[in-house]
Amino acid sequence: MAFIELSGVCKGYGSADKRTPVLEDVNLSIEKGELVSIVGYSGAGKTTLVSLLAGLIKPDRGTVKVDGKIVTGPGPERGVVFQNYSLLPWLSVLENVQLAVDQVFPKRSASERRSHAMKFVEMVNLGPAAGKRPRELSGGMRQRVSVARALAIEPEVLLLDEPFGALDALTRGVLQGELQRISQESGKTMLLITNDVDEGILLSDRIIPLGAGPSASLGPATTVDIERPRDRKELNHDPRFRHIRLSVLEYLLESGKAKRAERAAQDVTEAKAPLPETKSQAATSKPVQIVELSP
Amino acid sequence: MNQKKFLEIWNLAKAFPGPLGKVPVVEDFNLTVAEGEIISLIGHSGCGKSTVLSIVAGLTGPTEGTVIMGGKEVTEPGTDRGVVFQAPCLFHWMTALENVVIGLEQAMPKASSAQRIEKASYYLSRVGLGDALHKKPAELSAGMRQRVGLARAFALSPRMLLLDEPFGMLDSITRCELQDVLLQLWREDKKTLLLVTHDVDESVFLSDRVVMMTSGPRARVGEIMEVNLPRPRERHTVLDDPQFYELRERLIGFLESQADHSATALPKAPAAPPSVRRPVRKLSAA
Repeated sequence: MAFIELSGVCKGYGSADKRTPVLEDVNLSIEKGELVSIVGYSGAGKTTLVSLLAGLIKPDRGTVKVDGKIVTGPGPERGVVFQNYSLLPWLSVLENVQLAVDQVFPKRSASERRSHAMKFVEMVNLGPAAGKRPRELSGGMRQRVSVARALAIEPEVLLLDEPFGALDALTRGVLQGELQRISQESGKTMLLITNDVDEGILLSDRIIPLGAGPSASLGPATTVDIERPRDRKELNHDPRFRHIRLSVLEYLLESGKAKRAERAAQDVTEAKAPLPETKSQAATSKPVQIVELSP
Repeated sequence: MNQKKFLEIWNLAKAFPGPLGKVPVVEDFNLTVAEGEIISLIGHSGCGKSTVLSIVAGLTGPTEGTVIMGGKEVTEPGTDRGVVFQAPCLFHWMTALENVVIGLEQAMPKASSAQRIEKASYYLSRVGLGDALHKKPAELSAGMRQRVGLARAFALSPRMLLLDEPFGMLDSITRCELQDVLLQLWREDKKTLLLVTHDVDESVFLSDRVVMMTSGPRARVGEIMEVNLPRPRERHTVLDDPQFYELRERLIGFLESQADHSATALPKAPAAPPSVRRPVRKLSAA
């Protein structure tokens, strides 16, 4: 039995005829200590997937299990890092981290909680900035606080939802390096959601494409059989890296193309003016409605 | 006019007023672009890539230096240069087709409305929106909206297109799709393209030459890299080509060296010795 297990998960938003199916028959299992990344278009349902695992929403069908138990709500055994850092602006770096520690370890003494929080602030290299408030920090530093906070509650699994999406390329590279180090040191189970194929390959044990939406489902998983620590520049010369990169990217681009064709056919039927050549395609396509999803 | 020197940028400098006097963003920027070439400008945030593009577009004037396009000095915006920004700036109450047609009313004042609609529909179908002509921006995804932006820019038939991080707001996969769309449009029209980007893969995949800019202030051309990957470029073949990865690495290496440079040199940047400036080339030397 895998540590994280999603079977036959479906999730949609809206009701009755305005319903948009987001995820369709998603099956995923992650072993303990594994780092899996899911790569897909924005709007494909990646955040929905994280929210399901975090227990923020419930699936329409199928089950989400973590450590053998069905997920019914959020819990401290699952830490989440979002793209927007969600820090409290009036608290310092250390206080932001400690707030989570206080919630999860109420029985420990105040000084224990403080030093515990500090340990994680230091782990993300923010020791010198521990007393600063979020507005005094750069985007990259804020995201580090968010990572420290998620790790400080000592979750069984860390869910990372496009953690570096809002950062510039340079800072992203630095933080990817840090995440790689933290993941190796801690051996935590992690699920990384990203739209960057390179990031997915650099960091994970397995990379899985999430096809284009609506009704997105997971594509074939690829094991990233490249020894760690991985260096971005060395990867560049690695034929295994190139191969994985190409196959994941092509899977995604193909799925995007197929969904666009499906949509176009759907539009034609909606407009009640089916062209002869698209008629058969329209008949087989699912009755989906095009509603833009916010990421 | 010499086709090899379709666009010439000479000793371009731009300074913006700051609290401690003028801040030189770009200095001594020189570049010559041939007609039909695809050139990308790459560099870190704040290096002045967009400043150079705005000057070429005629949206802002240089502090020093000249921009000559097609033998004429650029002093103001004109229909011979199309600009594509990060956000396509569509009118939200108009359909995709109307958004393209409205641009054509300016560019083809003598054409009939049927001709304009035909031209707009043609470009929209070339960007893959043939089925979405009558959709409004709100019904389109971000990637589709930028397709409308590209269709509008190409429909205006400018001699040169200036693209300022056109795919910067899109996720990396949608970005790949749009790069393919851009190359398809270019294949038929062979417009000169000047593209500002910070995406290494994008610049290698699209360009004939990549202009690497040093970090600002006083940014200039650091290196120019030729990309000799055969055209037409298909993603599958390009991503399989070892040359692609060599070029990619060279670019990443340059950007990393500039990052170190900017991190250590920034506090003392105002003291940068003027002696490092390259000798000023005279315009008459052309």
